[in-house]
Amino acid sequence: MPRLLANLSPGENGRITHVAGEADVRHQLLEMGLTSGTLVRMVRVAPLGDPLELHVRGYRLSVRKSEAAMVTIEGD
Amino acid sequence: MAESAEATMLSAGVKRIAIAGNPNSGKTTVFNKLTGLRHKVGNYPGVTVEKREGRLDGTDIVLLDLPGTYSLSARSPDQEIARDVLFGRLKGTDLPDAVLLVIDANNLERNLYLASQVLELGTPVVIACNMMDVAEARHTTVDCEALSNELGVPVVPTIASKERGLTQLRQALSNTSFTSNMHRQSRPWRLPNAFEKALSNATTILARSGRIREQAMHGAALLWMTDYLSGDKRSREAAERLLSAIPSEDAEKLRATGRQVAEQIPDPVETAIEARYDWISQVAHRVLAQHDSEKRRTGSTTDKIDRILTHRVFGLAIFAVIMFLLFLSIFSWAEPLMDLIETGQLALAGWVEALIPKGPLQSLMTDGVITGVGAVVVFFPQICILFLFLSILEASGYMARAAFLMDRLMSRVGLHGKSFIPLLSSYACAIPGIMATRTIENARDRLTTIMVAPFMSCSARLPVYIIVIGAVFGDRTWLKAGVMFGMYALGTITALVMALLFKKTLLAGPRPTFIMELPPYHMPQPKTVLREMWDRSKLFLTGAGTTIFAVCVLIWALSYFPRMDETELSSEVKAQIAQLDAGDTDSRENIISGAQLRQSALGRLGHFIEPAIEPLGYDWRLGIGILSSFLAREVFVGAMGITFSVGEADETSEALRDKLAGATWPDGRPVLTPWVGMGLMVFYVLACQCVSTLAVVRRETGSWRWPALMFTYMTVLAYLASLAVYQIGSRLG
Repeated sequence: MPRLLANLSPGENGRITHVAGEADVRHQLLEMGLTSGTLVRMVRVAPLGDPLELHVRGYRLSVRKSEAAMVTIEGD
Repeated sequence: MAESAEATMLSAGVKRIAIAGNPNSGKTTVFNKLTGLRHKVGNYPGVTVEKREGRLDGTDIVLLDLPGTYSLSARSPDQEIARDVLFGRLKGTDLPDAVLLVIDANNLERNLYLASQVLELGTPVVIACNMMDVAEARHTTVDCEALSNELGVPVVPTIASKERGLTQLRQALSNTSFTSNMHRQSRPWRLPNAFEKALSNATTILARSGRIREQAMHGAALLWMTDYLSGDKRSREAAERLLSAIPSEDAEKLRATGRQVAEQIPDPVETAIEARYDWISQVAHRVLAQHDSEKRRTGSTTDKIDRILTHRVFGLAIFAVIMFLLFLSIFSWAEPLMDLIETGQLALAGWVEALIPKGPLQSLMTDGVITGVGAVVVFFPQICILFLFLSILEASGYMARAAFLMDRLMSRVGLHGKSFIPLLSSYACAIPGIMATRTIENARDRLTTIMVAPFMSCSARLPVYIIVIGAVFGDRTWLKAGVMFGMYALGTITALVMALLFKKTLLAGPRPTFIMELPPYHMPQPKTVLREMWDRSKLFLTGAGTTIFAVCVLIWALSYFPRMDETELSSEVKAQIAQLDAGDTDSRENIISGAQLRQSALGRLGHFIEPAIEPLGYDWRLGIGILSSFLAREVFVGAMGITFSVGEADETSEALRDKLAGATWPDGRPVLTPWVGMGLMVFYVLACQCVSTLAVVRRETGSWRWPALMFTYMTVLAYLASLAVYQIGSRLG
């Protein structure tokens, strides 16, 4: 069941299936390791509601909800 | 030591090793330990990226610490510098003989992304696999021998912060063959056939051009291709630059290979990134001895700290406390030091006065040179304290959390979470604030932050507020505090509104991104932090300091020349002097220097602009104050002191406050009414009266375009706002 990374709740995992959006942002996300097939976990949401903290490839990455909304995942 | 490093760099036999790595990989700690903190810092020509060079302790190898970067794409000036150095393309910096790659053992996969790109450039590489202890604590062990076999280069396990593995690393660096990296003749991972075919064509064309070293050819061809097809403008520009350097026929053929790839593969850049990461995942799987992800998930100290520091309530409260401390420290901790500097300055001036006979030379020395040096040095304590704070925040990993916490707020006006600290620092002084914007990768966000930072009421405005509020509002403590607060609020609100305007107009662009690593927390290394503070603060002295000094001498000249003889004094002045007691030489001096200033070039300029400032309610004397403040705000109080003939004055001077409060127009109306005072302060809040800020903006943006725009729009805004305050206010009564 495809979902958007932005909609994961803290503690939930997902496997990336596709990164959409403008080429420059997409390439930047890919270079940071958000390639398809990668396991991501939503760690937390910042106190003011944005950005998000993700766990990916063993490290912590912060992205805005708008960027996470370009990443499609499937449940793991 | 710095000199000898420079001397050895010039000699031919010296080997140069560039240190590359991801941000937060401990790269700078490795560099500091290897050079024994004896290095010199400068800037790469034309950009404000810091350049650190030092000698590998006990050898004649020169180490160059490159800016931290996640990949070889050229998204920011920092990244572009790093890759240009690695290609040997940067003017003034030779191709390094070898590269020391520092990788974070905790974060192997993402670190290997840059590592594999660097390996493809064919330069000899030594890898330091750093922070092995943190990895251990997180139940991860990197098999460095296996990694060395995978990559074909030496891999040395290190814990730089605890000085472990450094002897072995030094040895590996000294033993580097400095011949090409024979192990990496071709990529160990494959791209789709069509892509590979086009790349091999591109390689042939590039080889003909002679622009790329043979060993770097394969890596360079792929990098060119991904730049050329990139979604990022800066990367595409980098690809175009290479095209313009080769014969146009070849450039056309190279473009054709690019188009060919783009036609056959939907997103070649994505394909290349994914193929590289696929290979990296396999390597990581083979060299990571333990992969206990369940323990890693709950076991990390960073996670425990983050549960508090990014907590909805405690996190924000702690953030507020830290920011308050930062603010307090630049505001009040620096004060005793600043007082000391001022005392020293006065003592020096007194000594020079006694040494040199009265005249232009004495005046140049005391009012020009010593004042000029003082004006630079007086900012130094504040700048040191701010940079100390920033270095600790950065080294500990909290800086990224600050951006994480504040991004939502800043994004409301189109800015980035990383803009918060530069803007906050600007309350102390816009100069370090603007220098602190270097952490913002996105050029538009950074420019916007720079363009609005000077609205934050800096400490140089404070004396102006104090003296004007004192002269206008007397002893009404609550009103005074309220007005003071209002001035700070006005600056802040204007900055935010202007940021929004800039982002909507001049600096409009695609939605800015916020893609930021949250590094594990570290205990800052005192030596590293202090050294970093010193390096950055020193750049202020040498960079902006010289401009500030020059301007102070210029102000002196404008206010000293032309000079009149005492016999030429107006009858009014003579009458004033005649009224004095015969022994009161101080008052006599003050009256004469006031008269001299009024007819100097600066005084005449004050008269000249009176028609322009009269609608604001200012007379020519305030005009002199404003004019001299255009070079630096803090000059206002001193200039007022001389104009009103009270001699040396600071903001606590009661004599000056009374003179200002009692100043009248020729027809007897008071000059400084409450509304004129309010307007004057509003003018100081909004106007860009600081040549040092403009000098720093010029340095940070690389052109006079932005400082010119900054000066113009801020001055226009200041004029209109204070006109409105005065005209509307005085009609209300």
